[in-house]
Amino acid sequence: MAELLLLRHRERPELGELDGYQAQGGFDGLRKAVTTMTPAEVIDLVKASGLRGRGGAGFPTGVKWSFLSPGVFPRYVVANADESEPGTFKDRELMERNPYQFLEGVAICAYAAQANLAYVYCRGEFWDLAYRLEENLQAMRRAGLLGERMFGSAYNLDIRLHLGAGAYICGEETALLESLEGKLGQPRLRPPFPAAVGLYGKPTVVNNVETLANLPLILTRGADWYRGFGTEKSPGTKIFSLSGHVARPGNYELPLGTTFRELIFTHGGGTPSGMAVKAIMPAGASSSILPGTDAVLDTPMDYESLAAVGSALGSASVIVMDASVNLTWVLRKTNEFFKHESCGKCTPCREGTYWMLHVSERIQSGGADGEVKLLRSVAAGMQGKCLCALGEFATMPVVTGIDRFPDDFQSNGRGGR
Amino acid sequence: MTAAQVRLTIDGMPVAVPAGTLLVDAAKQAGSNVPVFCYHPKLDPVGMCRMCLVEIGRPQRDRATGEWVRDPNGQPVLSFSGKLETACTTPVEDGWVVRSASELAIEGRRQIVEYLLTSHPLDCPVCDKGGECPLQNLTMAHGPGKSRFLFDDKIRLDKHLPLGELIFLDRERCIQCGRCVRFQEEVVDDAVIGFFERGRKLEIVTFSEPGFDSIFSGNTTDICPVGALTTADFRFGARPWEMNAAASICPHCAVGCNLMVNSRREAKSGGNLVVKRVMPRQNERVNEIWICDKGRFGYAFGSSPERLTRPMVRRDGTLVKTTWDEALAAVAAGMRGAGKDLLGIAGGRASNEDLFNFRALLDRLDGLLVLDEPMPGGEWTGLGPGSDLGRLGPADAVVVAACDLHAEAPIWWLRLKQAAERGTTVITLNLRPTRLDKHAAYCLQHGLGESGDTVLALQHPGRAPAGSRLQAAADALAAAENVIVFYGREGLSAVECQALAAGWGRWLVKTSRSGKTNNGLVAVWPRSNTQGAWDLGLRPAADGLLQALDGKRFAYLMACDPVGDDPKLAEAFRQLEFVVVQELFLTPTAGLADVVLPAQAFLERDGTLTSGERRVQRFYPGVPALGDARPDWQAVASVGEALGVPLESRSAAAIMLAIQAAIPDYAEVSYQALAQSTEQWPPVGGADMYFGGTAYKNHQGLGAQLPRQLLAEHLPAEPPTSLLRQPRPAGLTLVPVARLYDQGITLRPSTLLKDRLATAGIELNPQDAEQLGLAHGAVLGLVWAGGTQEIPVQLSADVPPGLALVPRSSGLKLDEPMAAPLARAEVR
Amino acid sequence: MLIEKYPQEIERILANYPPDQRRSAVMPLLYLAQREEGYVTRAAMEEVAALVGLEATQVGSLVGFYTLYRDEPSGTYHIQVCTDLPCALQGAEAFAEDLCRNLGIRLGETTPDGAVTVEAVMCLAGCDRAPLFQLQAPDGIHYHENQTVESALELIKHLRREGGRG
Repeated sequence: MAELLLLRHRERPELGELDGYQAQGGFDGLRKAVTTMTPAEVIDLVKASGLRGRGGAGFPTGVKWSFLSPGVFPRYVVANADESEPGTFKDRELMERNPYQFLEGVAICAYAAQANLAYVYCRGEFWDLAYRLEENLQAMRRAGLLGERMFGSAYNLDIRLHLGAGAYICGEETALLESLEGKLGQPRLRPPFPAAVGLYGKPTVVNNVETLANLPLILTRGADWYRGFGTEKSPGTKIFSLSGHVARPGNYELPLGTTFRELIFTHGGGTPSGMAVKAIMPAGASSSILPGTDAVLDTPMDYESLAAVGSALGSASVIVMDASVNLTWVLRKTNEFFKHESCGKCTPCREGTYWMLHVSERIQSGGADGEVKLLRSVAAGMQGKCLCALGEFATMPVVTGIDRFPDDFQSNGRGGR
Repeated sequence: MTAAQVRLTIDGMPVAVPAGTLLVDAAKQAGSNVPVFCYHPKLDPVGMCRMCLVEIGRPQRDRATGEWVRDPNGQPVLSFSGKLETACTTPVEDGWVVRSASELAIEGRRQIVEYLLTSHPLDCPVCDKGGECPLQNLTMAHGPGKSRFLFDDKIRLDKHLPLGELIFLDRERCIQCGRCVRFQEEVVDDAVIGFFERGRKLEIVTFSEPGFDSIFSGNTTDICPVGALTTADFRFGARPWEMNAAASICPHCAVGCNLMVNSRREAKSGGNLVVKRVMPRQNERVNEIWICDKGRFGYAFGSSPERLTRPMVRRDGTLVKTTWDEALAAVAAGMRGAGKDLLGIAGGRASNEDLFNFRALLDRLDGLLVLDEPMPGGEWTGLGPGSDLGRLGPADAVVVAACDLHAEAPIWWLRLKQAAERGTTVITLNLRPTRLDKHAAYCLQHGLGESGDTVLALQHPGRAPAGSRLQAAADALAAAENVIVFYGREGLSAVECQALAAGWGRWLVKTSRSGKTNNGLVAVWPRSNTQGAWDLGLRPAADGLLQALDGKRFAYLMACDPVGDDPKLAEAFRQLEFVVVQELFLTPTAGLADVVLPAQAFLERDGTLTSGERRVQRFYPGVPALGDARPDWQAVASVGEALGVPLESRSAAAIMLAIQAAIPDYAEVSYQALAQSTEQWPPVGGADMYFGGTAYKNHQGLGAQLPRQLLAEHLPAEPPTSLLRQPRPAGLTLVPVARLYDQGITLRPSTLLKDRLATAGIELNPQDAEQLGLAHGAVLGLVWAGGTQEIPVQLSADVPPGLALVPRSSGLKLDEPMAAPLARAEVR
Repeated sequence: MLIEKYPQEIERILANYPPDQRRSAVMPLLYLAQREEGYVTRAAMEEVAALVGLEATQVGSLVGFYTLYRDEPSGTYHIQVCTDLPCALQGAEAFAEDLCRNLGIRLGETTPDGAVTVEAVMCLAGCDRAPLFQLQAPDGIHYHENQTVESALELIKHLRREGGRG
């Protein structure tokens, strides 16, 4: 296995303790940034590293930071720890077992953004985890790794924890900010983007946990070292959350560009049933579903290659399904999920997810002719019309499932699991 | 300060609009109706319903130069993304070519309508909104005609849910556009309804007590684009196409909101027209498209069974119904020889025409005429020409003294809240906190008797301690480009109030503001036409009504009830030889009269009212008069005839001609001029009601604002400072305050509002209550009107210590603060 | 009143946000209110609203939007099984059904003694350790992963006997 940058705790469990983390060079990156670099230099370094957002969109992190409205203060940094995409469980492991690397990343980001206050927006279900994170933050405060005049500089920072309360949509960054402001977690119009008008109307950076956890090593070892992992356009490693029909589900940190085959068979041990891989959802429920063909299995998992085969890397939550699975059932499951999680703000998503669930339930139980066509049409009709990405995500498994697995929909899927 | 213009083409029509204009509004101006549900021109855009999808072509730019790329003909090369965009959230840019009727856009909207209707019950035939429903209209225009959604998959939800006793919700019809929720939060700052749940389960709820506890709640039914929100009075009451519409002006306060009275002929009323609802009529200078719930629901008094329908005369000590001829004969006999010994008392509820005739009668008989409302200053009130609260900006300031606008003139509160949001400096001065404080830059709460000092310090930077809030407010006021001062009488004695009004008048003159646009003085009068009464020469009795009655033998009262307000006056009226009362109801004063003449309600007649901003506005008859009631001006002319004084008796319009000739400020105020109206933004009503709601477009006249330019000689000399500082009464002081839903005679008959009427009671600070040994709900005994009156006590930390707030029209008549005549305090 | 019982905790919650942004404290305050009564009462909505300067309706609205808040009383312990796609592929749906059958209830119902409610929920971010559920207990939310019906029944037995977090 390649060198671990993020899941280092698996080799060094002591990273979970502040002493252990510091003994491994922890907080050197933050110290270096705060004491020897200007915020602009940190942004340039992150730009040079080619780090792309790990939350799903894959937007270059340093570029995102550079969009902060100049001269407007205070600014905020918010770590998006609302990990809720079905099939995604990487941020949770990071925060549970390598929390300081993540929190150091938050601090580095805050310094680069010239923010003096950062929030970790943690999904409410992570109650126990949040309790431990609170202890981690206390430990950092006691050790002078947060607070006034850090490392003898003029820079002050506090990181605070905020718990969500059960809403997938809060993973969308503007809905997250609304929620953090004590409002319904419904997405805002964009533009303006959070970099201009974010938390409390101020310039704000919102980054995913995994993205932030990359920063300490980029700071200490440099952009060139980081670019030594992954591909030209997708540098670094990525944690792939592997789930579904695999013998060894779990998180696997691999260079971007690793193939599905390597992930599923070499690391995941293949399907427990021994049956062929029928379908892969590479980005959790929000995936364009890929068939388990050789061409797909040999596709490198990076942002560009997956787009080329008609899907997206997203949060790299790889759900594997063997030949026992009928796609009519899969679509009913994803539709259930999106119908439950639609915030209701915009018409096509609110009504479309509800409608799609009704139709897919009938299809799964062998409904009348024409329902498949209708389902696809309802999904296609939502596309390009929703206020945020959730509604679009909901349509992707539906459209690709029907288009790429026509056999499952021949008989309206009777007998599916 | 005009914004730069942006030029673009929408559906082939070139249009130029100010930078920052939203595409949906620009399209409207270009004559393209982009359909909307969630968008409303008075609310922030949210892009929720996705109905306004259009295609936008943007000029391509050369990467190096940033210039537009042009084709060989010099035309900009456009790029269309192939994706639809929401016109309601997109500010326009130069050079755009917008297609709202392309195949893509039409198909996109067709789909949105189909989605919207998946859970809508399509119960148009029984829906109150049917006939004026944006969803119905836009479905016809843009929908697919047939839905692929299965009928029995539709969600079944509550259809008759009272959010409160005023507004009902039909959850099946709601399309979750959030206009109502956003109106309550953004526009009127009363977030008492909200969304509950999420996704398809999203529903409107209220957790307030009472439900939907907002004095602006009715407006949500106007902007609701479906039949989800309906008013309790109109619900199942009539269909929109059955109704007549008559333009009117709200009679309940001095704002002068423009109304439309909808009525329908009904068999149970003998085929007569019956009022079915009252709606706002657009006047962007006055009420925009909003009205408060008092104006919307407070019309029931017109059809109250308690209304006087026939004249009455006193026979053998009892008032009995009779004819006009007999009643007028009784007046002629009873008032024979009336002259200097006649007192005329009129209320500010009466129209200009009524008051003018009344004054003419009293003048001719050489009687004394007084205005029933004792608040001073009406000869100085008025604004510079073209003033508009809606155009106050960041450089301007507004002073609001001694009043609670939210309770006394809700739409002014709203207009000033909005001004504050645009950056206008709002300064409040009062004894206690009020709802406007939240939006004010400076809240200058002062003690009893200290208003004069506070105002002086505010007007003269440098008097207040350096660094104080008062000083900062004084500096802000001095720096303001334009200043409008609102004043009321809360917590002030007559002397103080007079000094306050005159003091601000002098200041406006001294600072060269008076007579300029968006400058001037506005009195927060207690009645709709008190300003008109002042303009026509009526004045309050200099030393009170009791003094005015001294030595009089006859009295003629119109549209006022002094005995009802203050039972102590009853004896003085009983001493008179002959009393005539012209009224809507048999009030306590009318009960003492020798002749009672029935007057028509505003709904039944025409006339003009002059608002607190001195805007003269016409109202028109909406329903036939009850019984033999006559408009006040006509009744006065009849009395005049009986007393040998001929008065104009042909029409209200004819009296206005006489007013024009007699009152210089009204010289231009013809009925024709008042009926002029111009196009207003946003367009409302009509075929495009989906854009602005069902408020009525104003075809019947925007009225005429009478400017006022004060000169130094109009005003009394500055009183010595010592006079301004009023001695504070010792101990607990009763302070009269206004409540929106008071117990006034035009509100009491409302069955709809009865649960919200202010109850008799005194509000005390908990500390004072404790000192008096009173707990919440206890009763305070006061020595009052020769006996002991027991008043329930309510506690509120907002009441400053030492004060006891007494709501008006709640039993204790009080014009100004007075030491509480405590009898005893006891806990029940 | 929460403020009388937990003045310091409320102070700490409010201090977590900028002084002019009290509204942000509404969600943690709702957790506090729910911990107290097992659900968010009308009185609590009003108190929380007053603490952060909102209307009770705005607070109630949040209770409706976020699934971890409840606006009516229910079982003391909520066993919430993730049955989302990845977990379902690993047998979570069958697990939930079996568990319910053993408890003599249907999914979404509460046991007759009012102690345990079993519900299906959306993804809990533990897809590699299915079947799993979160236990919503009076003191907070705790994950129980790699479960069998036997282990879940054992936990329930413990909860009924001992209370606490299990």
